[in-house]
Amino acid sequence: MNSSQAPLVKTSILITLLVVFGSAGNIFFSVGMKRIGALHDWSLTALRSAFFAIFGNLWIWLGIFSMLLFLASLMLVLSWADFSYVLPATASMYAVVPLLGHFVLGESVAGPRWVGVGLISLGVALVGRTPPNTTKKD
Amino acid sequence: MRTALTFVVFLFSSTGGDMAVAFAMKRLGEVKSFAPGVIIRFLGRAFREVWMWLGIAQMTLAFCSLLALLSWEAVSFVIPATALSYVVGALGGRYLLGERLTPERWAGVGLVCVGVALVSWGQL
Repeated sequence: MNSSQAPLVKTSILITLLVVFGSAGNIFFSVGMKRIGALHDWSLTALRSAFFAIFGNLWIWLGIFSMLLFLASLMLVLSWADFSYVLPATASMYAVVPLLGHFVLGESVAGPRWVGVGLISLGVALVGRTPPNTTKKD
Repeated sequence: MRTALTFVVFLFSSTGGDMAVAFAMKRLGEVKSFAPGVIIRFLGRAFREVWMWLGIAQMTLAFCSLLALLSWEAVSFVIPATALSYVVGALGGRYLLGERLTPERWAGVGLVCVGVALVSWGQL
């Protein structure tokens, strides 16, 4: 790997971690909240028991842990890469979740969502062709 | 009117929060080593930056305004509309952070924006 490839490689690794931790966090939160069930009663007692149910759930803590790793990865990559480069790249999460849903969980994915997945992938590929940092003064 | 105003607050606080974090990280400088000690020290220094806390405050405001929007409007309107934050983010990167957005990057941002709206719409 030469010196001109190094920033691109470390940016790609960090963005992959962002997408993995962000998607995992959302999935863990979703599993946790589905196990807890919908909140129908908004009384103080019901809210208090919901609070304890949420923060006593292992899936929620896995979600919080994933989201903390997401934030740490975001902070690291933003220390060198453009905000306008990183932000659209993180949208890959929107494409990864339907793909996982279809190919791993066997869910059916409607036509417009496949078009969306295609557009996001194309958009991220286009942004990925631009230099990660346009403000560095050498 | 209430929905429109809250949506504007959401759009600018969510993007503003991320941009404030980006600005704080740029002030700290590029992380060159990924040794655990270096990363922990970097994150520790980050949380001593005022811009980092401004970012967290704006993210909190964005989260609260999103919850308010979801309580007033259909999720099928709110979630796809949040895709606009990619365009606002690109404009912020260009005009506030001084980044150079080539036509290729603009095209990518536009495709991502439409794609996110379609994916969100399709699952509702």
